[in-house]
Amino acid sequence: MTRLLHSFKDFFKVIFRNRQATIGLFILTFFVLLATVGAAFTPLDMTVDYANRFQMPSWKHPLGTDYVGRDILAQVIHGSRDVITLGVVCAVMALGIGVIIGSVSAFVGGFTDTLLSFFTNIFLTIPAFPLMLILAVAFNVQNIWAAGFILAIVSWGGVARVVRGQILSLKHAEYIIACRIMGLKYWYIIFKEILPNMVSLLAVQFIGLFQNGIASSMGLMMLGVLTYRPTNWGVMLSLALQNTGIAYNPKGLIYFVTPIVCLALLQLGCIFFSSGIDQALNPRLRTE
Amino acid sequence: MNYFLRKLGTSLLNLIAVVVTIFIVLHMMPGDIIEPMAREEASRLGITYEEAYERVADRYNYNPQEPIYQQLVRYVKGLLRGDLGTSMLNPKNTVVSILSVALPWTIFVVSISLIISFILGMQLGALMAIRKRGIINNSITFYVTIVSAIPSYIIAIILSIIFVYQLRLFPKSGVYSIDVTPGFNMPFILSVLHYSVLPITTYVITSTGGWILNMKGSSVHVLGSDYVFAAQARGIPEKIIMRRYMKKNAMIPMITILAMAFGGMIGGAPLIEGQFQYLGMGAYLAKALGERDFILYQGLLLCISISVILANLVADLLYSKLDPRIRLE
Repeated sequence: MTRLLHSFKDFFKVIFRNRQATIGLFILTFFVLLATVGAAFTPLDMTVDYANRFQMPSWKHPLGTDYVGRDILAQVIHGSRDVITLGVVCAVMALGIGVIIGSVSAFVGGFTDTLLSFFTNIFLTIPAFPLMLILAVAFNVQNIWAAGFILAIVSWGGVARVVRGQILSLKHAEYIIACRIMGLKYWYIIFKEILPNMVSLLAVQFIGLFQNGIASSMGLMMLGVLTYRPTNWGVMLSLALQNTGIAYNPKGLIYFVTPIVCLALLQLGCIFFSSGIDQALNPRLRTE
Repeated sequence: MNYFLRKLGTSLLNLIAVVVTIFIVLHMMPGDIIEPMAREEASRLGITYEEAYERVADRYNYNPQEPIYQQLVRYVKGLLRGDLGTSMLNPKNTVVSILSVALPWTIFVVSISLIISFILGMQLGALMAIRKRGIINNSITFYVTIVSAIPSYIIAIILSIIFVYQLRLFPKSGVYSIDVTPGFNMPFILSVLHYSVLPITTYVITSTGGWILNMKGSSVHVLGSDYVFAAQARGIPEKIIMRRYMKKNAMIPMITILAMAFGGMIGGAPLIEGQFQYLGMGAYLAKALGERDFILYQGLLLCISISVILANLVADLLYSKLDPRIRLE
């Protein structure tokens, strides 16, 4: 337990030493708080109120109101919960599939490896976004699990390839061969020697999947699929484009810009944090 | 030669797998999409329902009542004849005819964007590897960070709001003006360029960042190698080392990334072309999806998947040409 605490402390020490990573962690924490605490304390009122449409920011509506008089801030906050959950669901699923296929491929080798690599290659060949579109329609996605699954199905290929490559290179690393010669158990080698060396790689992959999942889910929503919930940023953006006449209507600008700014900030947070996490968890990059 | 055959074989296998995958996806569609059309046709032409069903199924080259392997055989036979069925909403248009209209525009826009962003990325990436600090380096880093945080479709939306709707500098839709006659004449070429400026700009803005980072990484790697050190020791001027030793070698791995970048760009086309109503593959994909025209959709998806496979093959062959070490493997 104390060892775990110690490595935790170490982890944050390295993160805080890196300015980019600190900013990234700060941004991500902000959005997670927004999605959990913020959403719990902000009432969401989606009733249509034409009299108060397109209001400028005020005390009552800190970011003004949208094209049918609903509070924008509340929508963004509740949207963040949806966006982050979807991103995490997608990243967990894709990482799971990718790690299983990649590691089986690398450990078993031979014909299994050829077959699985070929299978991975198919998913890397078919352009991801159009495939996602048609899958979303075919499965008639109505909830967050199905949406995450669709996103994961098209994005695990990269993970599988990277994991396979990493395990293959570790398999022939001198210290692993030393372990094998010492007669250590297979599981011991996997969990104590190989896995710790993959943590930083998996963490970076996880953040990448999270980031891409969010960006492409918003893209899907823009094209009118995956619209199972009204508050997601992607749905807000697509509604802003369809209903506010944004090209000519400066009043709709806040409703249009808010989800974009949130998305860009969240993506920025991911990029910064993942560059830091790589340094924090990969001792070889920590040489100072 | 052996290498060439092996690569060709892999591509063919890949192609078959992609065809089967797309077939499976199409057959996961809920409900029988032929049935309502057959019913309509039966009452319109005064023929029996079974006969109408047969006719409609033939037209789309898709009969959901057959056993699945028979459907696959039908599908593949159609493909070999170059028959992808017809659009569900507009049965006069075959999918192949739509493809032949749409594909050239997408290839045109994507390849021009690819060339521009590749050249820009190579230059800037090499520059960043040489100069570790300074204003240029910082501003490029800033640009790359911002661009990687904003998805391409958002850039497309912002560009279209500013330049199409506010400033009215570019047209709202289409690939060339109706006033010009297609052919090799100046007004037509200018019109085509005018209509493609915004999609190309969007692609260039979003994909240059990746090229810069890749090229920088590769250049730094090459700069650390022994032959660069040896060249420096021999007193060869830095300028020549940069141009002949670093840049050339650093660019070789970029060739494989070219195919991936091509796939990524063509995959993002539904949102970008859709936003500018630029009538290439992407715009048709978005349209087919909106109208639930699955026959057209699978044809388009198959076509762009094939172009990605081809791009991969070309990249592999180019790579082996440029780097003899690969062929010896």
